Amino acid sequence: MAARDPVIVGIGLSDYPKAPHLSTLEHHAQALQRALADSGVQKGDIDGFLCAGVSGTSDDAVMAAEYLGIRHRYIDSTMTGGAAFEFHVQHAAAALRDGLCEMVLVSYGSDFLSRMGRTLGTASFGSSRRVSGGAMWEAPYGLPLVGSYAMVAQRHIFEFGTTSEQLAEIAVGVREYAGLNPLAMYRDPLSVDDVLSSRMIADPLHKLDCCVVSDGGGAVLMTTEERARDLPQPGVRVLGAAGGQTHWNISQMGDFTRSAAQQCAPEAFGRAGVTPADIDTIQFYDSFTITVLVMLEDCGFCAKGEGGPFVAEGHLKRGGRLPMNTDGGGLSASHSGMRGIFLLIEAVRQLRGQGGEAQVPNCELALCAGSGGYLSCIGTVILGRG
Amino acid sequence: MEVVRPEAWHKPLPDPDATERPFYEAAARGELRFQQCPACAHRQFYPRALCTACGAAPEWAIASGRGSVYTFTILRQYHAEHFRDELPYVVAMIELEEGVKMFGTLTGCEPEAVRIGLPVEAYAVEVEAGTAIPFWRPA
Ligand SMILES: [Zn+2]
Repeated sequence: MAARDPVIVGIGLSDYPKAPHLSTLEHHAQALQRALADSGVQKGDIDGFLCAGVSGTSDDAVMAAEYLGIRHRYIDSTMTGGAAFEFHVQHAAAALRDGLCEMVLVSYGSDFLSRMGRTLGTASFGSSRRVSGGAMWEAPYGLPLVGSYAMVAQRHIFEFGTTSEQLAEIAVGVREYAGLNPLAMYRDPLSVDDVLSSRMIADPLHKLDCCVVSDGGGAVLMTTEERARDLPQPGVRVLGAAGGQTHWNISQMGDFTRSAAQQCAPEAFGRAGVTPADIDTIQFYDSFTITVLVMLEDCGFCAKGEGGPFVAEGHLKRGGRLPMNTDGGGLSASHSGMRGIFLLIEAVRQLRGQGGEAQVPNCELALCAGSGGYLSCIGTVILGRG
Repeated sequence: MEVVRPEAWHKPLPDPDATERPFYEAAARGELRFQQCPACAHRQFYPRALCTACGAAPEWAIASGRGSVYTFTILRQYHAEHFRDELPYVVAMIELEEGVKMFGTLTGCEPEAVRIGLPVEAYAVEVEAGTAIPFWRPA
């Protein structure tokens, strides 16, 4: 390990899944306070700041930096949807290696549920009647967010014979972990039949193929290996991070079954010097069951088109060889709009051995894969036990 | 393609720039356009001011309006005004004979009858004077 290798030294989650008492900025503040307490880091030492999705305005990062009182030397508000925080880790790792900063805060907060209500991705976003840019080619036809993922699922089923039962297995496995998380939004055991008999929202996706809507935020503190030695928590090493984009609007996805993970996951594995077979747990952005299936294939855990049978074999479940979303995921625990930071935080908990009942045995390597937009931007981060 | 003029259009409207506007104006005359690059022959949709493959300035080409369903979904829940009253409805990605894909609502058959590969044809819906967008129906 080299002195300036990037290490995660602190994590904090704000109140979830329901926090009507917290605004977006209060989520940021609470998550930071908890990450400071977790790490023993002094707030004044933070000199790098990365965030996204604060208010949706172009001054997001500087506004949040002012509120939190961060005097940064390095700032980044890369916005790649829910995958933004995996991209942030990639950028922060490079900045730390290059000496642009010493202590980085990656921050997210959202009052999504308290503000919007439970809408299953079928809410009407924005009220403007005139639409320009890439969204203009879709907006007049009325496709809500869930519909975009449904079109991916429909094509995957057509090309590879994937079944709704196989997709449902993803939701069932994640729910079992949610049962171990006292904070998870839904904790009762789920069966494949429960998923298939839940209301159809956008064929072929049922209500229980869709993530929950919650409040919540998170903070991740990163520094160098050198600085991490003086801190109380075992540092979690950022071994490899890479991201990519294939499209932004769904109409531009191309073949509708392949994502940028086909390009960025091999890059992350290469940087880390490990292979998919070495990974002990995956934390994947499960906005919908199909999101997991596509990324699972594209990250190389099985061949393209074989995600359905792979999932049905139970590998992602508790006791399987690749336990996924050990906090209950977006499908059952929490989804406050941009879930990428929760993937990182749960991976760190697992690598520290703080997973409690959900602890993955001998957990040394984790892969986080965030998806932003409609499988549009994928960010992959490989973390290793310190 | 046939041009249909609804009595009123309450759904979102396009706000095209100078590159994009000719597509909507042509559609209002019954002509379905896409772009082809004179330098590298790459075909693309939606229209842009450059070829996404090589960066050259693309030219307009005229599509037959025939294609097939590449993928689709049946929307059964959507709270947005002017759409919720039409549930369930089908939104599809159409692969044109010319190879480009276009997005749009598919009408003219029961939603449950839609399949990937279903042959379809375009028709134009004039959403305001001189501006039309493609819709699709079984051919
Ligand atoms: Zn070209």
